[in-house]
Parts: sequence; C-alpha cells; structure tokens
Amino acid sequence: MKNKLYDMPIYMDYSATTPVDPRVAEKMIPFITEDFGNPASRSHPYGWTAEKAVENARKEIALLVNADPREIVWTSGATESNNLAIKGASNFYSKKGKHIITLATEHKAVIDAVRECERLGYEASYMEPEPNGLLDIEKFKSTIRSDTVLVSVMLVNNEIGVIQDIETIGNICRENNIIFHVDAAQATGKVKIDLEKLPVDLMSFSAHKTYGPKGVGALYVRRKPRIRIEPQMHGGGHERGMRSGTLATHQIVGMGEAFRIAREEMEEENKRIKNLQLKLLKGLTEIEETYVNGDLDKRVPHNLNISFNYVEGESLIMAIKGIAVSSGSACTSASLEPSYVLRALGRSDELAHSSIRFSIGRFTTDSDVEYTIALLKEKIDKLRELSPLWEMFKEGVDLEKVEWAEH
Amino acid sequence: MIYFDNNATTSLHPEVLKEMLPFLTTQQGNPASNHTFGRKAHTAIEEAREKVADSVNAHPSQVIFTSSGTESNNTIINGIAKAYSNSHFGYSSIEHPCVSEPIKSLAYQGFKTTEIPVNSEGMFHVADVNEETKKSLTFLSVMMANNETGVIQNIAEIADWTKKNDIQFHTDAVQALGKIKVDFEGLDIDAMTISSHKIYGPQGIAALVVNKKIDLFPHMQGGGQERGLRSGTENIAAIIGFGKACERSSQNIVTFSEKVKHLNSILEKALFDLGAVIFCKKSHRLSNTTFFSFKNIDGSTLLTALDRKGFAIASGSACSSKSSEPSHVLLSMGVDLDLAQGALRVSLGLESTENEINDFIETLKDEVNRLKQLTAVAA
Repeated sequence: MKNKLYDMPIYMDYSATTPVDPRVAEKMIPFITEDFGNPASRSHPYGWTAEKAVENARKEIALLVNADPREIVWTSGATESNNLAIKGASNFYSKKGKHIITLATEHKAVIDAVRECERLGYEASYMEPEPNGLLDIEKFKSTIRSDTVLVSVMLVNNEIGVIQDIETIGNICRENNIIFHVDAAQATGKVKIDLEKLPVDLMSFSAHKTYGPKGVGALYVRRKPRIRIEPQMHGGGHERGMRSGTLATHQIVGMGEAFRIAREEMEEENKRIKNLQLKLLKGLTEIEETYVNGDLDKRVPHNLNISFNYVEGESLIMAIKGIAVSSGSACTSASLEPSYVLRALGRSDELAHSSIRFSIGRFTTDSDVEYTIALLKEKIDKLRELSPLWEMFKEGVDLEKVEWAEH
Repeated sequence: MIYFDNNATTSLHPEVLKEMLPFLTTQQGNPASNHTFGRKAHTAIEEAREKVADSVNAHPSQVIFTSSGTESNNTIINGIAKAYSNSHFGYSSIEHPCVSEPIKSLAYQGFKTTEIPVNSEGMFHVADVNEETKKSLTFLSVMMANNETGVIQNIAEIADWTKKNDIQFHTDAVQALGKIKVDFEGLDIDAMTISSHKIYGPQGIAALVVNKKIDLFPHMQGGGQERGLRSGTENIAAIIGFGKACERSSQNIVTFSEKVKHLNSILEKALFDLGAVIFCKKSHRLSNTTFFSFKNIDGSTLLTALDRKGFAIASGSACSSKSSEPSHVLLSMGVDLDLAQGALRVSLGLESTENEINDFIETLKDEVNRLKQLTAVAA
C-alpha cells in the first residue's frame, strides 16, 4: 500500500497497527455525527440508538470468537484488557494462591501487569520459550505449583507471529484449577478462535490490529464456568460493574464492523496473505546469512521476522526508508535495546539487533513484496561491502574465535 | 427530537469531525513506530496535547491522555494510593461515582477515607471540614462544576486551603470545561480531570492534567506511553478530535455561555411560574444547566411524557440513569426524598435555540397541568 498522497513509504508494519478499513470508517461516522448519544442515557432515543449499536457490536465480537455476547466487556484497548484480566483475576482468586506463570515473550502489557502483581506480593515465573518461540508443554507442567492462580499466554506473538498451543495449555490449567488468560490482540482475523471449545477463561482483544480504530478493545470473561474479576476502574457501573466509563459508541461500532469483516473474509484473505508471505520468504532467504526467527509452521501468514547477519541493525533501518517496518515491537521501538523476545529465543545480541519484522495484511500487494525484496537485496549488499566483519566471514575467519583487542 | 441532554454527552462539532477524518482514513501510523507513518502520528498527538494544555492553561507535559473521565479519576486516586501509602482521601458528597467509588474501594484496602458534605445549596465550604479530618487529610477531590445541579465550586478558595494544609488537591472539571474558564496553573491545582465528549469532541478520550510535584503510580502497565503513566496505543483520531474540541470551545466560552444563559433565563422563569422547585437557585451555576422538580408530580412519568413529545432530557446523570435511585447529589443536600425522586435535568448546548425552549415550555405546561389533574383525580 503506497500512500501517494503523502509520499509515504510502503506499509509493512501491520502488527504495529493496521489501517482502518474504509468500510469500518464509513460505519463509524454516523455515530460521531447524528447518532451521538450516551449509551447509558435511558430516558431518550439518542441513548437507545447508541445502546443498540453497542449491543450489535458486542454480538459481532462474540460471533468472531464463538462466545456469548454477555461474555464481552468493552475496554479502551488490549493493554487495558490485559491489565484488567491479570490484576482483576489474580486479585479475585488470591485465596487460591499467589503464583503467576507467563512467558518471557509476552507483550509488555502482560509482562508489566504481572510485574505489578509481584510488587503486590505475588510470585511470578517468566518461562523461556524454546528456540522456535513455542512453549514446551512438559516444562510448563513442571512450572505449575499448588499455589499457581493464573497463567497468561498469548495466542499469536506480536514480534515473531508464532501460534501457541492454547488448547493443550488450557486443558492443563483446567486440570489444575488455574485461571487461564490469553492475549489474542494479534490473533483476531488471523487464526480461528472458538471459545466454545477452547478452555480459556479470559481473552484480550484489540480493534486496531484488525482494521478497526485505535482506542477500543474488549475482554472476554467466561460465564460457564463463571469467572470473576475485580474491576480496576470504579464509577458509573457500566459493563456490569467490571469496567466503568462512558462507552465510546463510534469506536465500539468500528470494532464490531472490523470483526464482522474479519469473520467473513479471513479464510480467503489468509490464503492470499500466505502466498505473499511465501514469496517474501523465498526472496529474502536468497540473501546469504539470513535467519528466520520463530517457528515457520506454527505461525500466522502475516508475519516474517528475519535477522540479517553481518549488517548493523540501525544502518539497515536507515537504508530501507522506502518501506515502513519495525525492529522489535512498535511499543518499544523508541528504545535501542535489542528485542527481549528475540533474546528469549536465544538469539545473540548481534542477530537480535539486525532483525526486521515484516508484517503484511489486507492492503499489501504483490508489487509491495517485490519492491521489498529488491530493496533489501540491494541495501544489504551495499552495507556488507562496507563491513569488515562480512569480509572476515567471507575469508573464512571464525568470528566466534576472534579475540578482539580492547580499546 | 430536541436534545436537551448536553451534560450527558454532546454532539460532535463539524470542525472537530473534519480534523479527525484524515486520521480515521488515510494517516495510519502507530505513534510508537519508528518510521514515517509513526512519526507523523506522534507529531499530530503532540500538537493536540498543546491545544488541550492551552485550553486549561497547563503545560503540555502535564497532560496525560486517557480513555475517559472515569479512567482519569481512577488513575489519580489509585495512583496516589499506590505512591503514598499513608494517604487519607477526602471527597465531597456530590462527586460523580467515578470519584467516590474508587475512593470507597480504597477504604476496603485499609485507607482512611472521608466524605465531606455540601450545604443545602450544593456548595462545598472548607470551613465545614472538621478539625480532626483537616489534620490527617492528605488528598481532597472536589468537582469544579456538578453534572446534575450545575453548581460551580469556589475552586480558588479550596485550592488555597489545601496548599496551606499540605493536602493534594484534585478537581473533576469534566462539566466545567468549555462552559467556564478553567485555569490549571492560575488556580494552583495539583490534578484535574477533563473529558472530550462533553465539549463537542468524540467519546472515548479524556485527560488527566497533573502537576509534576505529584508522584503518580501508573494505573495500567505496558508499553510505557504517556510518560509511563498510561500504557496503551494512543487513540489518535480521538486525541486529534479532543485537541480541536478544546481549542474551539475555549475560544467560544463567552459566546456560548451568553447564549445559553439567555435561553436558560427564559426556561427558569417559566419553571418558576409553573411552580417548579429549581435546585441550587441561589448558587453560582453553569449557565446551561437547570435541575428542577415539581411537588406531587412523578418525575419518571413526566420524563416519559416529554420524551414522547420529542424532548430528550435527563433524570439525574446519564451514568446512573440505569438505576432508579434518586439523585445522591440532592439527597446529600438534604432535599427530601419525594422531591428528589421527581428531579429532571435540562442541559442546553451549542445547537439549542429560543424556538426549542419555547416549544419545550409549551409542552411542559400542558403535561404538568395534565398530570396535576390526574393526581388530583387520583387523590
């Protein structure tokens, strides 16, 4: 998707945020203009119209993940959903125990919410995944303690796109009477989710990763068996007391429409995106010394994360200004630390530093992919020409064994 | 349908919509991304932050965007509780539930909390804080203007008193913004809540304006947006809309309030003639808000009748409209239960006209007379 209006680079950063689908924007606009009511206003049609729209949207969220609309709680985004789920459930069930298990490769919103629980006296295990990014089930089992109250594992990883085995993990949680939370912000519209079958208690969703607007998300809270959470915001008692605050009708309508489109089109769309991913993978791995991060099979077609050895990460980003990609997750892109996710996979700092996340989506075209491959080939060649390390590697020097002189 | 419920939510101003649209359609970055898309989004947010700050005379770095007034209030209250473990929280008896409820829930966690009453005219006076409370109080929240009665508190006096007594002062200015001048620096307030959807901006966006002297512990953890105080991808289109709404409403305060003041005086004169009780009549009030009740007329019956005739008004605040309990604001002022139960609120807005007011008065006269006759027959 080349944005000619602003002469913008080609957008290959769909995991950071997606464009709002024009159909979504169209649905939203009436709710910021004529149908502007407060859904909590009970005394006039402005309020009723807004409430009806909110409830229709709630049905759409439920339909995409095969849940009951009454199990969906609106929030301001996945960060709030994750905070509400983790702090809300661990707090409510704290009598069972004070141990929480999560993955070292979770999104910051999960990691930091768990850290906050630690500050409040909980203990936490941050499990290292296998080198392919997936959780080892046996290791997981042995991490469970009698006082484990909550497990939080993301369905699709934001940096490397790997899909965890939520069903198996959830069944183990059930056997051990542990509340199971899943961050599905990166999963909706990419993998099929059936909450009727999946043993998941709490699931976080975001709109702006699925062609909806920013500033709205949802939390699934299971009714059978009933899961309870302690609210994190108190006030007018909206959302059955679980989340107070005036509902942003137009945003909610946007999320509903985005999820409807996802439900109806994901199957066809994913086939197309899979082809683009294969093309991108083939083209980029023709470059020497490239390493794909994360499992290639258990992975969404929208993501490719590749380390280009013997290229300095920052110069690479500077060199490929014609495409908008990310090095590490957008939320932490501002920091120059190598990705904690890639480090958790056991990648060296050098390889983590020279990694690029390509994430593609609804508006990515064949020619976008072709342009990207050509650009990367050209720029990496140039950068390596300047690199003494590349020269040494080509001469057959084992860089691992080189003893570097101190400055 | 004529909309007289602008304290619940306002329509979106066309100028605001115009500024938002590009951010809902073409410009699509995540403000945290380190590429051209992301940088454009980031710049746009910082410009909006300046507009919001300017409209309340604060510094842009003091503005933290949140998803609602409720979230802002929860953020300051819980944030203080976590950062200052010996806090004693005071709040006026007429606060919105999103101030009083988080404070009440802190009481369960062992914090000392005190509800401080207002007088029969809905005013909070520092002299009414008893000596014992005054000695241990560390935090006080008093709203700038009440959503139901429209009463405007003497914030300068309260802020001054809290400074002298070393108390952190927060004010919920959600209903005040755009209707009266709000001066964060001038009033020397420590923290203040403002919201977009009461000033012709979009729903789903608000701010906490907070003085850096206050150490705040974040309410949500994650990517560290908003100086670490509020994680979560920024709601960019709404932020842009909020910025524009602040800019235009602060420029139009005088025109707006003069216009609605005129309309409200027509309304209140008619209400007086009809024998209505107008609450807090003697207090300084927002010029768009009238909260009233008729003795011996059931409020919800009148509300339904007016709705059928095409007038959207409210019985108390929208947030608690779902419960049929009488207004806690009126009860805490000592208004008797029957009268409080019948209370109705008219809140005028930018689009309200004199014709609408006259139509409303005519309809109200008919309905009140009809209901009075019915009551008389029943009695």
